[in-house]
Amino acid sequence: MSTHAAPSAGPRQADQIPADLLAKIDEAVTHYPVSKRSASLPLLHLWQNHFGFVDESGVEWIAKRLDLESINILELVTFYPWFRQQKAGRVSVRVCRTLSCALAGGYEVREAFCKAAGIDPKAPTHGHTPPVSPDGKFSVEFVECLASCGSAPVALVNDDLHEDITPEGTTSILGKYN
Amino acid sequence: MKSLLLPPHPKERRIVFKNAWTQGYTPDIDCYVKNGGYEQLKKALKMKPEEIIEEIKKANLRGRGGAGFPCGVKWGFIRRDDGKPHYITCNGDESEPGTFKDRYILHNDPHQLIEGMLIAAYALNVNLAYIYIRCEFPKAAGIVTQALKEAREKGFLGKNICGSGFDVDMHVHQGAGAYICGEETSLIESLEGKRPYPRIKPPYFPAVLGLYMSPTIVNNVETFCHVKQILAIGSDEYAKMGTPGDGGTRVMCVSGDVVRPGPYEIPAGGVTLGELINDVCGGMKPGRKLKAVIPGGSSSKILRAGEVFKIKVKGDDGQMIDKEVPLLDLVMDASSLAAAGTMVGSGGVIVMDDSRDMLWALNNLNEFYAHESCGQCTPCREGVLWIDKMTTRMVNGEGLVEDPVTLKSVADNIAGRTVCAFGEAASWPVQSFLQKFPEEFEVAAK
Ligand SMILES: Cc1cc2nc3c(=O)[nH]c(=O)nc-3n(C[C@H](O)[C@H](O)[C@H](O)COP(=O)(O)O)c2cc1C
Ligand code: SF4
Ligand code: FES
Repeated sequence: MSTHAAPSAGPRQADQIPADLLAKIDEAVTHYPVSKRSASLPLLHLWQNHFGFVDESGVEWIAKRLDLESINILELVTFYPWFRQQKAGRVSVRVCRTLSCALAGGYEVREAFCKAAGIDPKAPTHGHTPPVSPDGKFSVEFVECLASCGSAPVALVNDDLHEDITPEGTTSILGKYN
Repeated sequence: MKSLLLPPHPKERRIVFKNAWTQGYTPDIDCYVKNGGYEQLKKALKMKPEEIIEEIKKANLRGRGGAGFPCGVKWGFIRRDDGKPHYITCNGDESEPGTFKDRYILHNDPHQLIEGMLIAAYALNVNLAYIYIRCEFPKAAGIVTQALKEAREKGFLGKNICGSGFDVDMHVHQGAGAYICGEETSLIESLEGKRPYPRIKPPYFPAVLGLYMSPTIVNNVETFCHVKQILAIGSDEYAKMGTPGDGGTRVMCVSGDVVRPGPYEIPAGGVTLGELINDVCGGMKPGRKLKAVIPGGSSSKILRAGEVFKIKVKGDDGQMIDKEVPLLDLVMDASSLAAAGTMVGSGGVIVMDDSRDMLWALNNLNEFYAHESCGQCTPCREGVLWIDKMTTRMVNGEGLVEDPVTLKSVADNIAGRTVCAFGEAASWPVQSFLQKFPEEFEVAAK
């Protein structure tokens, strides 16, 4: 279950949809010949991949594209931990919190990532709006089991899985995302 | 994953993991076809659908997603000619803590999964299938999407596959970070674009009322791969590899305090817990002793080092007799673990040594369930938060003397009273940790 975030200010995302995003959206909808509503999650992913988060205009636009009410999309954004209503860091660091990783030092790894990124380790660990470093570059959060427990502790940094992480190794991992 | 780069351990038998861990094997279709890929699909398309289902039944294949339901029996619920559309969806949500096997298939050998699903689609008269992949596997989604494209180009997917007159299409669908979507009716709701609240069973057994209210088969990634392997090996051979009622191999994912954690593909019942830990995984970390094992994913009941189980086995005269089996001699198959009061589940074995605090470990799991409850039904939504709050205060030295009793009573009041099996999944750790390690909870409560 999740908490709600305030809508963010700034230019409306729906006014800035590039042609290639539109093409991807059209293609995704064709994967669901029985019910367009099924394309809700795929469209939210495409949207967030492009804009970094989903603003109010995005919720409305996606709902309209699929002949739904805005609430049908908003209730997904607020339920699924992956979706964000506010900008996060350009680089997302998602550290596994669950048992096998915790046994191997996952909590220490999160703390080290926070320090390396310039984030207060006491900041909230979970949620739709993770703490962001002062330069806007990194956000660091805990996520639950990433299904790589045999190479614990692990973290997903953008699309890359990093395995067998040590606290000392976190600075050089972040350095790869310059 | 370092352990997989080693040659297979003598106890291992890599079948579904064969390609994925062969040096130089690549996930593209040319490599797959060169290694005999799609031959079983071609064979299946020449068989009668009922024959395929019969093979799967005879192979004694149990689902590898956690519930262990016999796959052929599940398929048998589908009436091929009921005039309704049928669907299959592959469960690639892989989120049960301690489980890490499907990820390697999705990333390294996607065509094996696709071939298994195509065989199932033909057997069950399905023209549209989805592969649900958790979004924390972003690369896997790309790899499987590319594999589907290649399969389409080569005529294994789409209209009139392999000239058989049979049409089938398949797409990847990504989750969005919620564990509950692994529960099959939640997965279906998620695929329909709704909040993934699990459905009430009955009446919503997927094979009756599944995706778009049509008969739907949901199977785990590994399960579909075994389907392909059963056709390759033959159901008799396959069944013989395992134990009666639990055929073939199973990937056991070992993590925690062992020397060589990793996913090991082992014939069902082919090792005891002791052999798995001490032999296959190289034993406990130096200087450490075994304390506890969670044998089948975080939801399965924990076992304590030194425990002895009374298990019914067939004696020499064919009569069932009680036998005392120490923990390390417990055979790792579905029926032995069930007899020990726990389950083989998703194959996720979490091993903890004598340096570990059981209250701390339980609290870690409680936080997981508190975070992942979908919130649809009251005993689970409220109960998992209370449980988490209680163990958190106990860990912080602020527990109340009555906390262990309250903890148990909350867990007892969740299990069996919820819409989905998440209720049990969250209660079993609490109940079993308290039962097996009472002294660690008493001390903490003072
Ligand atoms: C809370 C919960 C989480 C589950 N998570 C998964 C999962 O991540 N992957 C999976 O394959 N099955 C999961 N299952 C089991 C599925 O509901 C279902 O039994 C399974 O996908 C059926 O496939 P199988 O028969 O091939 O195992 C979960 C079940 C529950 C109750
Ligand atoms: S048991 Fe928990 S997870 Fe399952 S439906 Fe109820 S609230 Fe949701
Ligand atoms: S516990 Fe961290 S990947 Fe499973």
